[in-house]
Amino acid sequence: MDVELSIPILTDADIVRARQQGREVASQLTFTPSDLTVIASAISELARNIFSYAGHGEIVVGLVERNGRRGVKIVARDEGPGIRDVDLALQDGYSTSGSLGLGLPGVRRLVDEFEIRTQLDVGTEITLRKWAR
Amino acid sequence: MLVPIMKQGDYLIASIQSSLTDADLVRLRDQVVEQVGRFRSRGVIVDVTVLDVMDSFAVRTLSTLSQMITLRGAETVIVGIQPEVAFAMVQLGLTLAGVSTALDLEEGLAYLNQRAKQKRPHGR
Repeated sequence: MDVELSIPILTDADIVRARQQGREVASQLTFTPSDLTVIASAISELARNIFSYAGHGEIVVGLVERNGRRGVKIVARDEGPGIRDVDLALQDGYSTSGSLGLGLPGVRRLVDEFEIRTQLDVGTEITLRKWAR
Repeated sequence: MLVPIMKQGDYLIASIQSSLTDADLVRLRDQVVEQVGRFRSRGVIVDVTVLDVMDSFAVRTLSTLSQMITLRGAETVIVGIQPEVAFAMVQLGLTLAGVSTALDLEEGLAYLNQRAKQKRPHGR
């Protein structure tokens, strides 16, 4: 990664900061305005999960290149309680009301690649990639 | 960041000026709900034109605001959701179900005026 930015998530104001700085990093590539909003929204949801469920953690945003394509990579990392049932958390309908769950199916729809590693009482790391057109 | 709430006739207009934190959104909700009583307002417009993102918390808070305003006997309309924001909301599965929306402030006022007319009793 040529550019990498780590944003600590400690307060609710950091959620706003993370999505604004993430959008700034992504705007160096040829993303459409719509893509930039999508990236900012995904960061917002992941930062919110860190704040709500783990208390604190970090969002790392960087630019990546693979097979001649450039994109943005977002890592959301915390040392929180972990996710007990990942399959359930990724199930659509589990969280679509916007009031329940982690909103992960929605975040997954927003990006090209979505990986999750989680362990109970150890933490959660979610990695997203979205490629510029 | 404080959201200015203006009184215009029977309506309150809350114009969001910049990105809001969760605490800002909750404060906006509580202020609007309180002021509807103080000014005996019939309608509330929340202008979200400048919001870069409407995430799950923003949607949940605005839904709650709208429901609380309904319980207080007034109407709410959310105006100014930008096309990109609307796209991201749909992808996230955030629908603002049951909340009235309009294109912009002008359309929002027209909507509230229309609703006020419908509410007026007939044949008197």
